[in-house]
Amino acid sequence: MGGVCFEYDVDGENFASAGNASESVKRTLKQLGVSPASVRRVAIAMYEGEINMVIHAHGGKAAVEIFPDHIEIRLIDRGPGIADIDLAMKAGYSTATENIRSLGFGAGMGLPNMKKYSDEMTIDSAVGVGTTVYLRINF
Amino acid sequence: MPGTLKTVVLDSDKCIGCITCMRRCPTEAIRIEHGKAKILYDKCINCGECVRSCKGGAKRPVYDSFDLVSSYAYKIALPSPSLFGQFNNLDDPNYVIEGLLALGFDEVFEVGLAAELVTDCTKKLMEKGTLPRPVISTACPAVVELIMLRFHELADHLLPVYAPAKVAAKLAKKRALGRGIPADDIGIFFISPCPAKVYSLHREEVSDEKYISGVLSQSDVYFRLVEKMNKVRSPRRLSKCGYSGLGWGSSGGESNSLGLGNYIHCSGVRNVLGLLTEMSDGKLDGADFVEMNMCPGGCVGGVLNVENPFIARNRMRQLADKLKIPPATMQEYGLEEDFFLWDKQPAPSTAFQLDEDRFAAMRKLMKVEEYLKKLPGIDCGACGAPTCRCHAEDVVLGGGVLDCVRLEERK
Repeated sequence: MGGVCFEYDVDGENFASAGNASESVKRTLKQLGVSPASVRRVAIAMYEGEINMVIHAHGGKAAVEIFPDHIEIRLIDRGPGIADIDLAMKAGYSTATENIRSLGFGAGMGLPNMKKYSDEMTIDSAVGVGTTVYLRINF
Repeated sequence: MPGTLKTVVLDSDKCIGCITCMRRCPTEAIRIEHGKAKILYDKCINCGECVRSCKGGAKRPVYDSFDLVSSYAYKIALPSPSLFGQFNNLDDPNYVIEGLLALGFDEVFEVGLAAELVTDCTKKLMEKGTLPRPVISTACPAVVELIMLRFHELADHLLPVYAPAKVAAKLAKKRALGRGIPADDIGIFFISPCPAKVYSLHREEVSDEKYISGVLSQSDVYFRLVEKMNKVRSPRRLSKCGYSGLGWGSSGGESNSLGLGNYIHCSGVRNVLGLLTEMSDGKLDGADFVEMNMCPGGCVGGVLNVENPFIARNRMRQLADKLKIPPATMQEYGLEEDFFLWDKQPAPSTAFQLDEDRFAAMRKLMKVEEYLKKLPGIDCGACGAPTCRCHAEDVVLGGGVLDCVRLEERK
C-alpha cells in the first residue's frame, strides 16, 4: 500500500505557528491508530525540525508521507545550509543567535533529538543553497 | 467511554439549532442534525462547555435527584471545596456544615479534607521519583477523559491516585462501616460543581468498587442549603478542612499544596488543550507537576455552581486565610498509599480512530483528504459539523454525500 502525502508550509516569521505541521501529523497518526509511543517520537522529531527551519532558514516546507507501518518526513528549506554537518549534530552545538536563545530555543539539541527519535535520518545540505532533512520513523 | 450514562442531555424544545455549542466543544462531539444539537457521547468528555455556552439553556446537565438522599437511613454529605465559595459573607465554614446537617444529612465529610490526604499521598509518591515527569494531576475528570480520548501518549504521566471526592467517599464509607452502620443503610452523596464529576463517580473507571450513592448538583443543593444556613445562629466547630484543602477549589490549589517549585497550572478548555499539545511535543519535560482544570478558574468555574468563578475564588481565598487548621496527613487517618491508588488504568478511547484496521484507516484517510480538496475549508458549520474536516470524516465513516452550501452555490 502506498502512502498518503501531506505538505505543509512552515512560516519562518512565526515561532508561535511552528509546530502546526507536527500537530496536524500527530492528529492524523492518532486517527490511524498509531501507537502513542510512535506518535510521540514523530511529534518531537518533527517539531524540532520545524523549529530548526524557523530559527535558521526563515521557514520552509514539510513534506510528509504516511505509510501503514512508518512515516517519512522531508524538511526542506532554502536557508544558509549547514557548513559542517558532523559539528551540527553534536549535542549542545548551535549557531542560533543570542536573541533566539533568550527565547528558550537554540540549545543545540534540535538535530540530536531528531536523530534520537527517528529510525533513519539523513541530511542533505549545501551552503548558500539550503538543507533537506529526511526522517523515517517506524511505527 | 461506552455505556448509557449521560451527563449532558438536550432539551429539544429549547434548542434552536444554532452552532454555538458545536463550535465550543473541545472534542468535536456535537453535530447539528435536523436543526437540533446532537451529542456524540463516545467523544464527549463531560466538560460542560456546551452547557456553559448554550444561550437558550437547551443543554441540561444530568445529576441525581435530591429526593434520593431520603432513601437512605444514614446519609453522608460530601461538600466540595468550591461549595464554600458560593455564599455571601461566609466567614466560617461551619455554617455550611451545620446547614447540611439541618438539611437531613447525618454526617458531613469535607472533600477538601480528602484533598489534603491526596496531597500527602502525592507528595510521598513523587518523592520516590518513579512517576514519569511531568506528573499530570487527575483531579479533574474531564482532563483525564480528554487524555484518554485524544492524548494517549500522555496516559502514563497521569497521577494514579483517586480524586478527592472518591477518597472522601471511600473514607466516609469505611468509617461508617467501622461504627457498625449496615452497608445498605449508608448513603454517600457528593455535591458536585460539574457534570464531569457526576460521570466519573458513577462510572468507576479507575476503581473496582463504587463508593458513592449519588451525585448532587451544587446549584440544586445551594438553594435548599441557604435557607437552612440562615437559621444557624452559633455553629459548632465541626469543619476539619484547612486552608490547603479549601484551596483545591481553585486552579493552582492542588499544585500549591504540594510545595513544589517547578509546576504549571492552567484552567479553561482552550488553555488545557494548548498545554496538552505542548506536553505531547515534549516541551514540558522539565516540569515536575502539571495541574489542569477544564473549567475557568478551576472547580469554582464548574457549570453546576451558582456564583461567578472569580468572585467565588476571592471569597474562598479570604475564607482560607482564616482557617488555621494544618493539612491532614495519612498518618493521622491511619491510611497507607494503597488506599489512594487506582485499582486499574482508565481505558483509552478509540473514538477518534478512523478504523481499527490500519489499512482500512489509511483508505478512509485518503478518502477524507479527497473530500477535503472539494470542501471550501472555511469551517462555517452550516453542514452541521464543526469543521470541513469533520464533515469529510463524517461522510467517510457514516456514508452519505458531501452536504456543503458552498458546493451547492458553485453548481
